[in-house]
Amino acid sequence: MKLNNAFTRRRFIGGVAATAAAAAWVPRAAAAADSFKIGLILPLTGPFASTGRQIEAACRLYMARNTDTVAGRKIELLVRDDTGLAAETTKRIAQDMLVQDRVQVLAGFGLTPLALATAPVATEAKVPMIVMGAATSIIPQRSPFIVRSGFALPQVTAPIADWAGRNKIKSAVTMVTDYAPGIDAEKTFVKRFSDAGGSIGESLRTPLRNPDYAPFLQRAKDAKPDALFVFVPSGEGTAVLKQFAERGLREAGINLICTGDVLDDDLLDTIGAPALGVVSSHHYSAAHPSPENKAYVEGMMKANGGMRPNFHSVGGYDGMHLIYEAVKKTGGTGDGEKIVAAMKGMAWTSPRGPMSIDPETRDVIQNVYIRKVESRDGHYWNVEFDKVENVKDPGA
Amino acid sequence: MLGNLVGVVFDGIAYGSLLFIISIGLSVTMGLMNFVNLAHGAFAMLGGYACVIAMTRLGVPFLASLPVAFVVSAGAGIVLERLLYRRLYRATHLDQVLFSIGLVFMSIAATTYFFGSQQQPVQLPEFLRGQIHVLGLDLGSYRLFLIAVVVAITLALTWLIERTRFGAQIRASVDNQQASAGLGINVDRVFSLTFALGSGLAGLGGGLGIDVLGLDPTFPLKYIVYFLLVVAVGGAGTIKGPLIASLILGVFDVAGKYYAPQVGSFVIYVAMVVLLLLFPRGLAGRRV
Repeated sequence: MKLNNAFTRRRFIGGVAATAAAAAWVPRAAAAADSFKIGLILPLTGPFASTGRQIEAACRLYMARNTDTVAGRKIELLVRDDTGLAAETTKRIAQDMLVQDRVQVLAGFGLTPLALATAPVATEAKVPMIVMGAATSIIPQRSPFIVRSGFALPQVTAPIADWAGRNKIKSAVTMVTDYAPGIDAEKTFVKRFSDAGGSIGESLRTPLRNPDYAPFLQRAKDAKPDALFVFVPSGEGTAVLKQFAERGLREAGINLICTGDVLDDDLLDTIGAPALGVVSSHHYSAAHPSPENKAYVEGMMKANGGMRPNFHSVGGYDGMHLIYEAVKKTGGTGDGEKIVAAMKGMAWTSPRGPMSIDPETRDVIQNVYIRKVESRDGHYWNVEFDKVENVKDPGA
Repeated sequence: MLGNLVGVVFDGIAYGSLLFIISIGLSVTMGLMNFVNLAHGAFAMLGGYACVIAMTRLGVPFLASLPVAFVVSAGAGIVLERLLYRRLYRATHLDQVLFSIGLVFMSIAATTYFFGSQQQPVQLPEFLRGQIHVLGLDLGSYRLFLIAVVVAITLALTWLIERTRFGAQIRASVDNQQASAGLGINVDRVFSLTFALGSGLAGLGGGLGIDVLGLDPTFPLKYIVYFLLVVAVGGAGTIKGPLIASLILGVFDVAGKYYAPQVGSFVIYVAMVVLLLLFPRGLAGRRV
């Protein structure tokens, strides 16, 4: 007991000393650089590293193109890796950045649980939180300080269901990965497709760690639907498309339709021929025909050794745009409430096309495009051939 | 539904073959050398990347890249065995587990650093793609190829371990190191070669598996459960045990997912529990 007490006291004194040292250090740091700091938290290692890499590269590209001084304040981007796996880690990093680095905006967030865990921190600190990656509908409702610059999964799922309903597809089987976004996608597709008069043969859910899609695809094939709707996390698309092609589902008259996650621009060339002709719906394609996008794709590929920007990257690029414009509008005061207010209703032309922030929900409103995979000079692209304008997230 | 049974069994056997290919190396190192090598998947991943590099950068055709995968992983196995693994032969299993899981994390980080986190492509030759129609059944060509490879590996390994002098030396060294050394067997060398064999088989499995399992830096952790499942159910140290185990597990898994997709992903684990209750030492475990 005695020893224990002594130990605790020593630790306590040590703690006080450390706190005092930190307190002495902080004001100097804050005074030294009166910059506007953005805390960018992303999965830069681990299974979701590609999301983080894309968003970080896009943020840096935006800063390189738009100088780093806005309304007289220098913009500083602090990047931290949360590895994408543990929500607690993301939350802790956010707290650290608020307290230690004094960041004035939090941004990034590759996956839903990570964004949800951080939401209360943003509310408490009254700091804007720009969600660039995570795509579950509920996210912006979790804090009045959240603004989403990426997309919501039901927002990009509904248009493909409507399109299928309009295009002689009478019956469909759905195959989604068995986790929150997959179930979101399944619900949205089933509802919209049934509303459009289609019939759903079966709804298959595959486990998150699934080595072989053969049994599910075989079941889909035997159900003989007009179309198979697929949603899987982007890295899994390769396996699904390959096995879809090999199992002869297309020859059996089944069309594969999906959300653009499956045909991630970053991976499309790797998937290759099995993707040809697959129709999908999404908010961004690297093949989007606009001068803004042409310059964007060129800039991204040049700065990152030929890496093609994907749908997550525009979440980062437009997130930075939001922050820059809001700082401009508020004169660089750094007041969280004013910044969020400035972001509401903002509209601009992004590489993905026209978009805006819904003043009510703080979620993104954007065009969703229907695309088909085509091959052009040795590369595969999602070529847009139809669009639905100004789609609000129907899942919210 | 019953009409599909043959197709389901075929897919199950093919899937089981794949499980066997990626796990048999572990049965060799874990069963014969009594080393709990959780880094087995890292050797498989190395083989996979060797395959991909040989194909994409050096233009080697797919079939010729498979021996490359075997040799590269076996080579890495020898080096690591000499440098690291042999120090832990006498250590407790916990030390071996901690060491090899550490190696897994290092391999993941190193692979991400060099190749990035994305999936790697594999181009199969034309004759391995698509389906073959036999007696009204659609059989995947690559799956038939996997089954053929398993038959070949099983025959070769059985012959190697049960019929050759080297096989006898392995069995002797494992049963009693001192006595074997006393009889003039170079136990160190035998262990090095056995470890290389196990690692090489892992590499071969990695290369063969890319088309179905994919290949990215998380490979060693993603499939660790499956390696262990097969070896636990089959019993380490034999060829027959893991073969039967992977075929049973493969068929049950595919049938479960096909006939009852809602609960299908659990069927493989239920099969494991039942088999372990019936055969606690594995289907053909070596009596230790």
